[in-house]
Amino acid sequence: MIAARFPFSNLDLFRGEVDRLFEDFFAAPGSMGTRQTGRMTVFPALNVWDNGDELVAEAELPGLSIENLDISLMGSELTIRGKRESQNGKDTACHRQERGSGEFARTVALPYPVNSDAVDAAMKDGILTIKMPKAESAKPRKIEVKTQ
Amino acid sequence: MSTELSANQNVSVAQKNCEQTRSGCLFRPNVDIIESSEELLLRADVPGAAGKDIELDYENGVLTLHAKVEPRQTDRGRCLLREYAVGDYYRAFEINEQIEAENISAECVNGVLTIHLPKARSAKPRRITVTNSH
Repeated sequence: MIAARFPFSNLDLFRGEVDRLFEDFFAAPGSMGTRQTGRMTVFPALNVWDNGDELVAEAELPGLSIENLDISLMGSELTIRGKRESQNGKDTACHRQERGSGEFARTVALPYPVNSDAVDAAMKDGILTIKMPKAESAKPRKIEVKTQ
Repeated sequence: MSTELSANQNVSVAQKNCEQTRSGCLFRPNVDIIESSEELLLRADVPGAAGKDIELDYENGVLTLHAKVEPRQTDRGRCLLREYAVGDYYRAFEINEQIEAENISAECVNGVLTIHLPKARSAKPRRITVTNSH
């Protein structure tokens, strides 16, 4: 069992150090440094990568289905909106409530223009994956160098 | 009333009693524990894990959850933003209430694991009728 934390105990200080090491590791290059003291300041956390022909954004959204989400693209700004309802009834005793609920919205600026007609969003096991093909103008192009 | 939405927190290896053979990091999933007269209900956020990837053990009053998550996002191009890491989920709970261990059931839908721990007959609330004696 993971014991309740006793404030200022040496063990706790040690744990704090270990946690911080892990966090520093995750806040490695490429991160926007949003992971602070183990809690996210923004929700949902996003991972975005460039596949060459498309940009892929991924977010962890447990308990939500694609119908609960509103994903929109304005220019090169991607917005994810949604709401997670609390499933906990009022007439029950709640011993722990760590899972958040409520509305959220997050907007990120994409580094390249994307083809908004061909965007594909899918949800599987609480993971949202948005695939955004790059606009023709943003695709890598090989330029042939002619020799005279 | 709404509580703050937050991602699952990282768990240090020191918090787990034994070491694992697979490398990678472990995450401590956020949970809700709700008690009704019939059961204890535990919900855990385990995004990325499907039912077949979850090991749930109940032994000597300790419920252990280990959800294996296959690494994704590897060798998939250039990383532009990395705000979370992918790894297994692990958490253990000491269940103080008397429960019927053989009737524990669990399901995982959309990355949320729900575990039903039915209370033992002796732990359920009972009303005792008082009869008049002559």
